[in-house]
Amino acid sequence: MAEYQLRRTLLYVPGNMPSMLQNIPLFQCDAVIIDLEDAVPLSEKDAARILVRRFLESYKERNKEILVRINGLDTKWALDDLKAVLPSIPDGIRLPKADSPEIVERLDTLLTEYEEELGLGIGHFKILPSIETAQGVINATRTARASTRLIGLAFGAEDYTATMEINRTKTGEELFNARMNVLWAAKAAGIQAIDSIFSDVNDMEALRVETELIKRLGFTGKCMVNPRQTDVIHDVFAPKQDEIDYALQVMDAIKRAREMGTGVISLKGKMIDVPIVIRAARVLRTAHAHGMVDVVINEEDIHGAE
Amino acid sequence: MVLNSLGRQIPETFSGKKLIPYSDPWSLQPHAERSTRAIRRLTHNGSKLVGGLKDAIIAVGLKDGMTISTHHSLRNGDQLLNDLVKEIDALGIRDIKIASSSIHIVHAELIPYIRKGVITGFECGVNGLIGELVSKGELDCPIVVRSHGGRARALITGEIPVDVAFLAAPYCDEYGNFNGFYGPSACGSLGYAQVDAQHAHKVVAVTDNLVPFPAVPVGIPQSVVDFVAQVSRLGDPKKIVSSTTRITTDPIGLQIAKYAAMVIESSGYVKDGFSFQTGTGGISLAVAENVRNMMRQGKIKGSFGCGGITGNFVDMLEEGLFEALFDVQCFDLRAVESIGRNQKHQEMTAGMYANPFNCGSVVNRLDCAILSATEIDVNFNVNVNTESMGYLLHNTGGHCDVAAGAKVSIVVAPSIRGRLPIVRDEVTTITTPGETVGVIVTERGVAVNDNLPELKAELIRRRAPVKDIRQLRDEIYAVTGVPRPIEFVDKIVGLVEYRDGSIIDVIRQVCP
Repeated sequence: MAEYQLRRTLLYVPGNMPSMLQNIPLFQCDAVIIDLEDAVPLSEKDAARILVRRFLESYKERNKEILVRINGLDTKWALDDLKAVLPSIPDGIRLPKADSPEIVERLDTLLTEYEEELGLGIGHFKILPSIETAQGVINATRTARASTRLIGLAFGAEDYTATMEINRTKTGEELFNARMNVLWAAKAAGIQAIDSIFSDVNDMEALRVETELIKRLGFTGKCMVNPRQTDVIHDVFAPKQDEIDYALQVMDAIKRAREMGTGVISLKGKMIDVPIVIRAARVLRTAHAHGMVDVVINEEDIHGAE
Repeated sequence: MVLNSLGRQIPETFSGKKLIPYSDPWSLQPHAERSTRAIRRLTHNGSKLVGGLKDAIIAVGLKDGMTISTHHSLRNGDQLLNDLVKEIDALGIRDIKIASSSIHIVHAELIPYIRKGVITGFECGVNGLIGELVSKGELDCPIVVRSHGGRARALITGEIPVDVAFLAAPYCDEYGNFNGFYGPSACGSLGYAQVDAQHAHKVVAVTDNLVPFPAVPVGIPQSVVDFVAQVSRLGDPKKIVSSTTRITTDPIGLQIAKYAAMVIESSGYVKDGFSFQTGTGGISLAVAENVRNMMRQGKIKGSFGCGGITGNFVDMLEEGLFEALFDVQCFDLRAVESIGRNQKHQEMTAGMYANPFNCGSVVNRLDCAILSATEIDVNFNVNVNTESMGYLLHNTGGHCDVAAGAKVSIVVAPSIRGRLPIVRDEVTTITTPGETVGVIVTERGVAVNDNLPELKAELIRRRAPVKDIRQLRDEIYAVTGVPRPIEFVDKIVGLVEYRDGSIIDVIRQVCP
């Protein structure tokens, strides 16, 4: 099921701002990343942890995925971050500066300990590592396979360009190789690839262009610094009507095939089998999230009944 | 004391006048003739110029105990009322009632004259410090809050006999023809002043821009103007804009605007002939922008836009999205500029706009209207007059008129302001009865009045976050807690009149 979790939009919310935390249930994004790292000044690390914990405890009817970005595991704050927020059961941890698989493995171990202590199933807490340095990009292939908790790889262009000692441009040619490396690593490991933030919140046109680019490359979602960016990104990721029509035909065809006792069928001269059904299912689930279709796709629709 | 139909305690009399308790929005019928005033005959054909304000006050024979009015088309840029009251004081005149179309924050300058007894009552609502001080019991000066339509009604029926109207006249000739379109103090529409010009016993045009006869186009004609007075400055039109003129960037505001647009789209009225009203402020502008895109995409030719008019509405008119604009007051300088050159941008009187007692006002022809709220209760009653401390801080404007007229009145408000719940068990003051409010839109969900079942069904079909208003209240209370009620003393310092003249609520003095 995890591979179908929609993560088109992952919104950063500063962990030290009550007014913004309070609005998390209302935002239309697929996930939020509550930030204890860069958005929180050193003098407020303690206060932010307590605030985030209290907020998560009161946020009972969760209507989106909740990740918490802790401070880097090499800092003195990371362990306190985990200790404070994990008992309020976020869905996962956004791990900054995941430069190597060892860093992810270390977090995996820590999360397992907390799961045992909290009586949660092992693997409850997911990990979304940030690939945001040259080293991280080089190691991305191994990092993507470092833990079964990984839901994806997230590319962090701001830190990446800083470590590369270059400037980030709106057209993003300088990011191309790094993005591809992250994409290959993620796709090869069967997890999602999430693109970096787009920091100019007033330039919706450039945001649209960049989102269209990263969608074409293979990213399935994008981080955001402002909820106003949600509509543009969702709009780009929304399936087109002809894609939806085709996907509906595929699902209908495979259903007929299975009724006939086979897993393969021809639709308008093209072979329909499991990979095509999986893609069609993804289109329909995305379309459903956009309110474009009413059908709900179950695992059984994709893989057939046992 | 009697209870009105909304359960509010209403005194039998106030400032010596007998009161009618509110019962419902529709059934109260007028039993009056139009008010009369003495017919004058002016035989000279020369100038009506009398000099300055002081000369005009003497010329009209203003006396202790009389009622005066001004218009508020210059809004917070108005200088005339303050200057006028200073002159009235200097002449030793006392016990004057003010029945202007509205009082703005800038008129806090009047406070010393209230203390001095020059001004002893307001036959109109007030914005700002005067209302606060009256609420605290620090100023003894009864206030009767009226809507724009209600004020027009009260002038036309003679319930408020205005002895002298001093009307700011931005483009005026010596024989008294004037309009608001041009000149250094141009304010655009003179929709409110039109009522005073027809019904005040004496009319003085006050100008800072005397032009050679004739001042055309004639907005208010020479035939109703007794005198013309000159001042150096009527005010500052740059201060007409009271709130933001930019679309909100606040994500919560944008979410509210998006839901409001869904409501409008679901209403079924967005088709050729669509009519719409919205106010100023970032959320309203964001809704207007959404409506504009909807109309463009559907290639819809609307009928009219209405109300206080903004540059945004002007753009929609010029784009061909509406056939006309009905303008009772200009909310920004782009609207002022437009009304002076475009005949499809029509000035309308406050009576034509919203008076309930006539053969049909423009609000009756509205399909959808966006309104704001300070508080909303679980019966859809809306308060725009008093704020969380219980102070009277805002005038009604056209709120209850538009709610009653429009087929779908949509109240947009954030569910929480500061730490205050906006949807709650009870509102401090009822400005607009819930019976006339169609939909409440907050970022946490949309509540639809039971009298619009088809709209509710359509919104659910479109997967809008439709919620029972009590559920909405509970969700908000879960964040804010339940506020402790404000404590009031028994003394009534003001009335909130419904548009038909019945009393919908009272303003009580708050506990010190």
